[in-house]
Amino acid sequence: MILSVSNASFSYDGITKQFDDISFSLEKGEVFSLLGKNGTGKSTLIKCILNILALQRGAVEINGRQVADMRPEEVARQVGYVPQTHHAIFPFSALDFVLMGRTPHISTFAVPKEEDYEKAEEALRRIGITHLREKPVSEISGGEAQMVMIARALAQEPSLLILDEPTSHLDIGNQMRTIAAIDSLAADGITILMCTHFPDHAFLVSHSAAILEGGRLIANGPAGDVITKENLREAYGVDICVHYIEEAERMVCVPVNPCGCRAGGRPGDPGTVRQGGVTGC
Amino acid sequence: MNRGEETGCEDEGGVVINPPQMSTGGGVSIGETIRRIIPAGKAIYLLPVALFIFSLFFGRYMMDPVETLRILIIGSANTLLDWGSSLLSILSDQQVILPSFEQTWGASEQTVIFRIRLPRVVAAMLVGGGLSIAGASFQGLFRNPLVSPDILGVSAGAGFGAALGILLSGNPMVIQVSAFVFGIVAVSVAYCIGRTVGRGSTLVLVLGGIIVGSLFSAFISLTKYVADPYDTLPAIVFWLMGSLSAVSNADIIAIAPPILIGSLCLFLVRWRINLLAVGEEEARALGVDTKWMTMVLVIASTVVTASAVCISGIIGWVGLVVPHIGRMLVGPDFRKLIPVSAVLGASFLLIVDDIARTLSAAEIPLGILTALVGAPFFAYLLTRKKVGWIS
Repeated sequence: MILSVSNASFSYDGITKQFDDISFSLEKGEVFSLLGKNGTGKSTLIKCILNILALQRGAVEINGRQVADMRPEEVARQVGYVPQTHHAIFPFSALDFVLMGRTPHISTFAVPKEEDYEKAEEALRRIGITHLREKPVSEISGGEAQMVMIARALAQEPSLLILDEPTSHLDIGNQMRTIAAIDSLAADGITILMCTHFPDHAFLVSHSAAILEGGRLIANGPAGDVITKENLREAYGVDICVHYIEEAERMVCVPVNPCGCRAGGRPGDPGTVRQGGVTGC
Repeated sequence: MNRGEETGCEDEGGVVINPPQMSTGGGVSIGETIRRIIPAGKAIYLLPVALFIFSLFFGRYMMDPVETLRILIIGSANTLLDWGSSLLSILSDQQVILPSFEQTWGASEQTVIFRIRLPRVVAAMLVGGGLSIAGASFQGLFRNPLVSPDILGVSAGAGFGAALGILLSGNPMVIQVSAFVFGIVAVSVAYCIGRTVGRGSTLVLVLGGIIVGSLFSAFISLTKYVADPYDTLPAIVFWLMGSLSAVSNADIIAIAPPILIGSLCLFLVRWRINLLAVGEEEARALGVDTKWMTMVLVIASTVVTASAVCISGIIGWVGLVVPHIGRMLVGPDFRKLIPVSAVLGASFLLIVDDIARTLSAAEIPLGILTALVGAPFFAYLLTRKKVGWIS
C-alpha cells in the first residue's frame, strides 16, 4: 500500500471541521480521483497528505511511514505535487524549473549535480517536452506549464503523484493530453491521486474515485460505482446524466439542462431563442 | 541567451574598466588573448578587481597606477611582516624582527592609499556587494522584483538608531552600534509580527516590515524635530543620505566579518532561494523547510544590511536595482545571480563613490548619487534588453 489515510480530521480554526473522519488507501499504480464541489476541502486534504498542514486527528501514512514524523524532504522524495497553476514571477527556464524537482535529493547547501541534470532531462523526455527546455516558464502556455510541472514532480522520483485539478485551466485538447500523460505514468507504476472538477475525466483514467461532500466521503470505491447520477446530484446539486456513449466508447457525464437555459442546446434549432439576448443560465 | 550575456558583460567591461592610461599599447591582441583565456561569463568577476585598482590611484590626489600597485603590494607585505614580527615576538618571548621591504615612497602616498582610499574602497565594495546580495535574496524570498533589502524596516530602524546616537552622544562608535542594533531590532519586530499573525507567511512578514518601517520613520522625524537645527539636525540629515567619507580601517575590521559571513550564508543556500522564488507552498512540497529557510534568509540579509548601513548611512537603490541588472546578464537563477549581484553591486558602489569623492571639493552624499547614476543607467538597460518580469 502506497498511501493510507485513516480517520483524518482537519479544521482551520478548531471549531468548524473542513473534513472529518476520512479514510481511504491507494495501491501501487492506482489512479484515484477525488471529486467534490468548490471549497469542500479537497485542496486542504492534499495539503494534509503533503504534511504542509497538520491533521487534527487521524494519520496519513506513505509507504508505511507517518508523514507527521517525516521531514519535508523525506515527504518530497515519496510524493510529487503538481499545483493547479504556477504563477511565474521570475523567468526560469523549463529545465531549471524541472531541476527544482531534484531538491529533496540535494542537501541544503549544495547545488544540483550532473546526475540531477540527467534526471531532469529524463523527466522532460518522459513527458515529451524536450523542446521546451530553454523556454522561460513565464512565457509558455497554460498547457505547457502543466506539463512542465508534471515533469518537475516526476524529477522527484516519487511513488505517489498528487495533482490538484490538473485539467481545470486547460483547453479540451490539453485536458486530454494531460489525462493521457497521467495514465501513462500510472502504467509505469506511479500511484496517482488527483482532484478534479470533471467526473468525466475520472472515468477516463481512474481505477477508483471518491466524492468529498460536507466534510466526509459520501462515496468511495471503483469509479463506476462512485460516479452515479445520485452521488453527483448530492455532490454538486444539479442533475447529471451518466451514460455509455457508443461513439466515444466510454462512460460520460453530462449535466442535463440544469435551470432551463433557453438556448437549450437542442439539435436543429440553434439560436431560436436568441432574441431575448440572454445566453447564460 | 548566451550571446546576450556575453555582449552584456563585454559592454560593461569596455565602458567602465579601461581608464585612458591602460588602453595604450596593443589593445586588440591583448584583449583577444584575454577573451580566449577567460570565458565571457566569468569576465564580469574581473570588473571589481579592475575598479579596485583604478579607485586606489584615481581621485583628487591623482597617483601613478603602477606606483600605486607597487605601494599597495609592498606596503601590504610590510604590514604583514610587521604583524609576523610581533606575533613571533609574543610567541617566542624575545624580540624578533623579520626583514621588510624598503619604503621608497613618501608619507603622503602611504597615508592616501592605506589610511584614506583603501578603507573607503573596501567599504564601498563590501556595502555595495552586501546590499545587492541581500536585495537579490529578498526579491527571491518575497517573490517580488520590487523588493529592496530594507523591506523589513532595517534602514528605518538603523536610521533611527543613528539619529538617536547623534542626538545623545555624537561619538561615531556609539552612532554605528546604535544604528546596527536598531536595524536588527526593527527587523526582529517585523519578523515577530509575521510569525505570530501570519504563521510565517511572507505576505504578513512584508506587512510587518511596512508597519515597523513607518513606525521607525516617525521616530526619525521625531528625533529630527527635537534636534538642534544648527548642530545635530544637519548631522542626522547627512547621515540619512549616506556617505563613506568617514570610514576608517577599524570600521572595516568591524563590519567585514558580518557582511562576509552573511553573504556566504546566502551564497550557500542559493539553490534553495530558487525554490522560494517559485512559491512558498511549492517549495514546501519540494521538500524545503520554508519556515527555517525564511528565517535563515531574513537573518543573513538583515545582518548584512545592518552592518552596511551602520557605516555608510542609508544608501537606497543599490539593493533594488543591482539584482535586476544581474538578472539581465545571467537570468533569474540564484546560483549565478547571487555571485553576480555581489560583483556588480561592489562595482557599482565603487564607481558611485569615486564620483562622490572627486566630482566636487565637497562630498556628495551617496544616496543622492546612487539614484542619479543608477536611474538613467537602469532606464537605458530597460529600453535595451527584454526583461523577464515585464511582459
